[in-house]
Amino acid sequence: MKFPYSEKVLEHFKNPRNVGKMENPDGKGLEGSPACGDMVAVYLQVNPETKVIDDVKFESYGCASNIATASIITELAKGKTVEEAKKITWKEATEELGGLPPVKAHCSVLAVEGLRSAIRDYEEKHGLVSAKEPTTEIVVRSRLKHVMNPMAGLDIIRTELVTKIDVKEGSVRILLDLPSNHQFAAAIKEDIIEKIESLWDVNEVKVVFTE
Amino acid sequence: MLDKTVYLDNAASTRLDERVLDAMKPYYFDTYAVATSEFGYSMGIDAKEGLEDARATIASSLGATPDEIVLTSGETESSNMAIKGVVSALAKKKGNHIIVSKIEDFPVLNTARALEKQGYKADYISVSPEGVLNLEELESAINENTTLVSIQHANQEIGTLQDLKAIAEICKEKDVLLHTDATHSFTRVPIDVSKIPVDLVTMSAHTIHGPRGVGALYIREGTPIHKWMDGGFQESNRRAGLENIPGAVGFAKAVELVTPEENKFLASLRDHTIKRAEEEVPHVILNGSRHQRVPQNANITFHYVEGESMTLHLDMRGFAVSTGSACFSRSLEASHVIMGIGGNHERAHGSLRFTFGRYNTMEDVDSIIDAVKEIVARLRAISPLYEKNK
Repeated sequence: MKFPYSEKVLEHFKNPRNVGKMENPDGKGLEGSPACGDMVAVYLQVNPETKVIDDVKFESYGCASNIATASIITELAKGKTVEEAKKITWKEATEELGGLPPVKAHCSVLAVEGLRSAIRDYEEKHGLVSAKEPTTEIVVRSRLKHVMNPMAGLDIIRTELVTKIDVKEGSVRILLDLPSNHQFAAAIKEDIIEKIESLWDVNEVKVVFTE
Repeated sequence: MLDKTVYLDNAASTRLDERVLDAMKPYYFDTYAVATSEFGYSMGIDAKEGLEDARATIASSLGATPDEIVLTSGETESSNMAIKGVVSALAKKKGNHIIVSKIEDFPVLNTARALEKQGYKADYISVSPEGVLNLEELESAINENTTLVSIQHANQEIGTLQDLKAIAEICKEKDVLLHTDATHSFTRVPIDVSKIPVDLVTMSAHTIHGPRGVGALYIREGTPIHKWMDGGFQESNRRAGLENIPGAVGFAKAVELVTPEENKFLASLRDHTIKRAEEEVPHVILNGSRHQRVPQNANITFHYVEGESMTLHLDMRGFAVSTGSACFSRSLEASHVIMGIGGNHERAHGSLRFTFGRYNTMEDVDSIIDAVKEIVARLRAISPLYEKNK
């Protein structure tokens, strides 16, 4: 049989490591959405003394590339300190897997983002980050780097789909270089809203298309 | 390689029937001349006879006359020819507006989109949650500039059949031509053009165990249509290009081999698939109409799991099926059909399309449902969506 994935990807896909939900995790991250096709949750249990990740688990609603990357990421993170785990890159994970088809990059990036957002959540909950950061254009921009442009397999910032971001009194307005009747318009919009509306001081998100 | 692939993707392509190949062979090795007029040489006259016999067989399966059948390279060409040929013939006389449904297959859908770019106007009629065309919306969309309505007979993904008679009556009353893409219903749910006033019908051999790259377009006598591909004078000057005589003969043979008994058998495979999935797997939904449906299609969404993961697991176990998931498709776009019936992305991503053919058995159906049950349970066990919704 011919598969587009390496042996190692298939192996992790068939027998994913560290799967399941964790009760009372020290940190939890959820990335992606059903609209973008993939979703991944990462749970952490961290030793309060040493800051070593004692246990990590993941759940995935996703394709083979997402499941395999999440699986390998948990293996890489387990036993590392939080600081070390933060530095695990997508490149490292895919190399460990023996490569992934380019078109599937975004599915696997999501798994790495899941780990990072679980670490962020851990740090926020344990007072390891300074006071809540107010939402600025820079914050919005960095969040939008997690919204994929399905036409390119890269995020909407890098592919210059976002032309303008306005942040004013809890209202965020995002201009896209995309007509509203475009095949991906609805999915991208849904994804953007999901990423931005969860910011603590945002109460309205507007996505504006061309025309 | 497993000993045997259980192939349940017969809407995409089918295994050729040996009897079709046997019928085609003489036209490759013995009677391989170009079709000539009756004043040509003998081999050409014989070739012409083979072509015309094939045309007559295809015509009679539709209640048409042989002159009304143009042989083509398949669904895509037939639908392009029908739509572009008619709008071009009527642009000056009548107007620049066409109507299609939201869930058409790409040959019709993307032809409509391409015409819009050239300045034509197109309306995309919505369908019910079961995939049935909104007839009132169709009726009110037709205006004095409308030259053509193109509504498929059966849907490629969810198998829903349209009420072609009702659609044809609306078009006739409003004096607008009607094209239907019958690729996924042809011979499975026969159309009789002597009873239903449809003007153009797209057909293809690849869905009925015939050769690939062969199709036909029915053009009712008197229908205004321009030739859209320039070249020779073949097919009564309606379609240029060397006739694919072995293909035509194979297509006709494939048409002859479809029987009402076979269609009944396919319906039993369909019903068994749906019944077992609904009874044995929780959180499933049938996509498409339960009753207005072609016999060879079952399309089911397994909630909380993603289609590419399901099809990859199934492939590893020797089953070939397709999904409406974005991850599976070449365009990385979720199925416009599932979205068109009011589904969300999750419903499209979790859908599996089972399409049955001559070489499938009841054992195939049982073995794939057994496998799906197990795979879905495994994937749900790791799905973050499942917990929340259980």
